[in-house]
Amino acid sequence: MSVRYLSCGDTAFTVEFGNEISPGINGRVMALHAAIGLAREAGEIAGVIETVPTMRSLMVTYDPLSTSRADLQPKVDALIARGLPADAVSRQVRLPCCYDDPEFAPDLAEVAERTNKTPEEVIAAHLASPFKVYVLGFMPGLAYVAGLDQALFLPRRSQPRVRVPRSSVAIAMDMTTIYPFESPGGWHLIGRTPLWMFDKRREQPVFLSPGDSLSFERIDRKTFDRIAGEVEAGTFDWSSLVKSK
Amino acid sequence: MSAGLKVVRAGLFDTLQDFGRTGFMALGMPTAGAMDRIGLSLANALAGNPANTAGLEIGVMGPDLLVEADSVRIALVGPLSPALIEEPDAAPRPLDSDRSHLLKRGQILRVGMIEGSSTAYLAVAGGFDLPAFMGSLSTYSRAGIGGFDGRKLAAGDRLPLAKAGVPAGNERRLAQPFDYGSGPLRVVWGPQEDYFSDQGRRTFVDSEYRVSKEADRMGIRFEGPTIAHARSVDQGGADIISDGIAPGAIQVPGAGLPIVLLADRQTVGGYPKIATVASVDLPRLGRLLPGQAVRFAAITVEEAEALRRDQEARLQRAIAGFVVARPPGGIDLARLYEENLIDGVVFDSPWNMISKPSSREGGTK
Repeated sequence: MSVRYLSCGDTAFTVEFGNEISPGINGRVMALHAAIGLAREAGEIAGVIETVPTMRSLMVTYDPLSTSRADLQPKVDALIARGLPADAVSRQVRLPCCYDDPEFAPDLAEVAERTNKTPEEVIAAHLASPFKVYVLGFMPGLAYVAGLDQALFLPRRSQPRVRVPRSSVAIAMDMTTIYPFESPGGWHLIGRTPLWMFDKRREQPVFLSPGDSLSFERIDRKTFDRIAGEVEAGTFDWSSLVKSK
Repeated sequence: MSAGLKVVRAGLFDTLQDFGRTGFMALGMPTAGAMDRIGLSLANALAGNPANTAGLEIGVMGPDLLVEADSVRIALVGPLSPALIEEPDAAPRPLDSDRSHLLKRGQILRVGMIEGSSTAYLAVAGGFDLPAFMGSLSTYSRAGIGGFDGRKLAAGDRLPLAKAGVPAGNERRLAQPFDYGSGPLRVVWGPQEDYFSDQGRRTFVDSEYRVSKEADRMGIRFEGPTIAHARSVDQGGADIISDGIAPGAIQVPGAGLPIVLLADRQTVGGYPKIATVASVDLPRLGRLLPGQAVRFAAITVEEAEALRRDQEARLQRAIAGFVVARPPGGIDLARLYEENLIDGVVFDSPWNMISKPSSREGGTK
């Protein structure tokens, strides 16, 4: 499988692995993201500033004062030629989500109706979906998480909301997401997590990373309130959500 | 009380910026950073700081700042109209741009309006005593992070200074205004030039575009002839699977008008990008004002890299060529020489020796 190199001026180029969304293509994107990271740490690829993975491509940014496209592109080619493991080691993350409060899940009934399911079946399908974080963007910490059960596929709302509360869990198309900030949004809100996907007080303010495997764990309102209090106070143990594969 | 600069009146959009918060785009974190890297570099060099020290980026109109420190050395870079210094029992006096100044406790710096540019910089010797966020002091106001409380300055804010005072000494100035270049903005085709028809690409490089009122740190929306996509917009001709956005990327949504994306741009986006402004011309973009007209001209990646290296060499020469600025009440000999007001006259003055424009060392280094 060949790649395309796309120019992004004289400070970046994009390595495009394909023009579709698929786990195989994204796996190669993430593998090159990791391989360039390792090569940088080993001092083998100077001048690279950072790499930006998306569903099907990796943007490599560089400093034109210390390297050049002509110098870097063959090095990236060599890393690809060395072979990219399609399934790099990823974290497994479980996010608590409360689906029960109508305030948290204003679209649950409509999603159920449009997918010919009961609300409980929608929740069960969301809980059973094998999610993977494909890309973060649009705002800091906003993750596009694919892997939604096909039975829940719906287009975005025709009337986006002006105000979606922080930590809302939403679905649209083949994806789910968690809003890191209160913001406008057009996805269907089916629950809420007590966690903040962006917390500037934390050393790692953004919790999710591209490549993370993700599942949701159902919690009741009482548990939600307890965890929300810990998150607010800064005492929540975030490492309890993660296990390495 | 520790040393600080108190905002007695806020400007329009003043934020602390360094060269940006790199390394976290993969987490959706925009880089932010100075819109005019050259202006910030010059201000820092005049103040005696490392180039990447956070300075105050002034948008259109600057603040009034009260000096609450024994002394502070500042440098102003950009076309101010001019800035004024006020103190009790004295008439306000103008402060020249593109040089450093020593200010004393109780003085008020009125930065005022910028003329002919949207952006100017204020650096303070030693920098501001504020915590970095994810490795940078750059303000990204949409997420409320970096800089001073993650936002633009407001009246009543107090910017803490890292140095309580600085020794008096020679002030330095830029020997001549830095040449940002003129003519068309240089661009490199791509990453999605193939999403546009031949006619669309010709329109882009053959037309004049005007900066609209929708211009901020995130990007500039241009007005002008519409650029034709290769495929019908109704059939997805203006949609791509989102990919990374480099500084200066020019995206063209379905309506056909170009939007150039700048410091506060989102990390990824789903509109095709016809071309990317070469890094040599990003500082010019960072200074554009609504209503100004621009053209675009295509160059290769290699040419863009070479232009950037040349510009960096010129910047370093400009910094090495700083000259001693006029002491209060004194005569600026270097300027007189340059302006050919005097010629061949030798003064027996202690600062003549270091302020002659022919001296390569210049300055007080």
